[in-house]
Amino acid sequence: MLEVSGLDAWYGEAQALRDVSIRAAAGEVVTLMGRNGAGKTTALRCVMGLHSSMRGSVRLGDADLGALGPVQRARAGLGYVPDDRGIYATLTVEEHLILPPRAADSAWDVERVYAAFPALRARRGQYASKLSGGERQMLAIARVLLMGSRLLLLDEPTEGLAPILVQQIAAILRDAKAEGRTVLLVEQNLRFATAVADRHYLLSQGTIVATLGNDEVRARESEVLQHLGI
Amino acid sequence: MDYLAVQLFNGLANGSFYALLSLGLAVIFGMMRIVNFAHGAFYMLGAFIAYFLLQQAGVGFWPALVIAPLVIAVAGMFLERVFLRRLAGLDPLYGFLFTFGLTLVIQDGMRLRFGVQGQPYSAPAELSGTVLLGAVSYPTYRLFVVAFCLVASIAVWFVIERTRLGMAVRAATERADLTRALGVDVDRWITPMFGFGLGLAALAGVLAAPMRNVSPLMGSELIILTFAVVVIGGMGSIAGAIVAGFLVGVLSSVGAIFDPAVEGIVVFALMAVLLLVRPSGLFGSIETR
Repeated sequence: MLEVSGLDAWYGEAQALRDVSIRAAAGEVVTLMGRNGAGKTTALRCVMGLHSSMRGSVRLGDADLGALGPVQRARAGLGYVPDDRGIYATLTVEEHLILPPRAADSAWDVERVYAAFPALRARRGQYASKLSGGERQMLAIARVLLMGSRLLLLDEPTEGLAPILVQQIAAILRDAKAEGRTVLLVEQNLRFATAVADRHYLLSQGTIVATLGNDEVRARESEVLQHLGI
Repeated sequence: MDYLAVQLFNGLANGSFYALLSLGLAVIFGMMRIVNFAHGAFYMLGAFIAYFLLQQAGVGFWPALVIAPLVIAVAGMFLERVFLRRLAGLDPLYGFLFTFGLTLVIQDGMRLRFGVQGQPYSAPAELSGTVLLGAVSYPTYRLFVVAFCLVASIAVWFVIERTRLGMAVRAATERADLTRALGVDVDRWITPMFGFGLGLAALAGVLAAPMRNVSPLMGSELIILTFAVVVIGGMGSIAGAIVAGFLVGVLSSVGAIFDPAVEGIVVFALMAVLLLVRPSGLFGSIETR
């Protein structure tokens, strides 16, 4: 499904990613773990086509995304939730949900989103700048579900959220997985990561240093935590 | 009292031009992050197109009110495609230099041909004369300008704030890259929105022709004030451009009652104070970087 290989990326002269390769099958949830500055966000941005100073190949299914800009990638089935949630202050909640065009038939409809996130229905007419942190995250995730994206790129979706919301996001990711969607997740929370994901890439200074299954993460928890700088 | 009322209306009339011009600047800055220094030059060209239409072809004010904005909008789209597109993503300084250079070329080109002497352009017959408002009589044409600009401003506000197209424009204004990542083709709208912004400038130019002499420098006098209006309203904010436009117009005209010099001071004093207490402007949502 997703196949990233030989990814190098730079910020000016500084190399942020070095020969990063990531694979994720349909219905698979994989995480990128690593400490701040390891290159996790940059990797997601490269996959989404938002970071132009890069080299390497990004494929989705049979399609080579290399020559495509972010608009075409989104339409090809990529759904991106940035680490700051990417909520617009000047759009209402409902406008957030109707802004992105549908990329696939498997997209959620607005009613299903409101059923899953009743708080958003209650605030549909309000400007999204009025939302709480948790509601913003819900809105950002709802937005990519509405697009029907086959590949979800989520940058630390649970950061700063109350446990009940973290559970709700875990349930949504399991649903997405059951529907055959692929998820590439940047995550620091090991318990959440092992609860929802199948495999984990450990990123350190722009390089993948280990690929671990859930059992390995649990078995080598202290070592992994050290890697994460926690 | 009468003088105050007259100045109030004069302020609204001046504010109408600020509002239309800063609206165009706001739309252009929002979509492209370009501070269009050439805005005043296109305002001037709008007025000249109206003047030429009358002189050369006998085409009057009303058709000119439609033709001039259209001509300038098309020219603007061409300009965006051929030149400005190449500057996208570069240091904003390049856009500034380009539009500033363009201003000089247009302005001095017109000056070479017409000198700095203003050309007269009269208001259409049906809007000449005055209207009695309570105790004061006021030029009909100016009242028309205020009403027209108010309606035009609200129409633009409505399109941006309440329609699907406007929703995409707002999203692109706030975060262009993210909006692309959501599958919205922001770049498709840049050319028409630039044309639209310049069209508004030309519209203001045609409206200004009967009130001010049509001269190559008419835009350069106005544009600095308009930039102050944009900053007061908040860079890229539609409602801010409209409110600040009329506000600045009224405040400076009323200020002129005390001393003519106050008129010029008010705008920049207001801008300075606002930048201190609220750097993003009255309605600003774009963080200043």
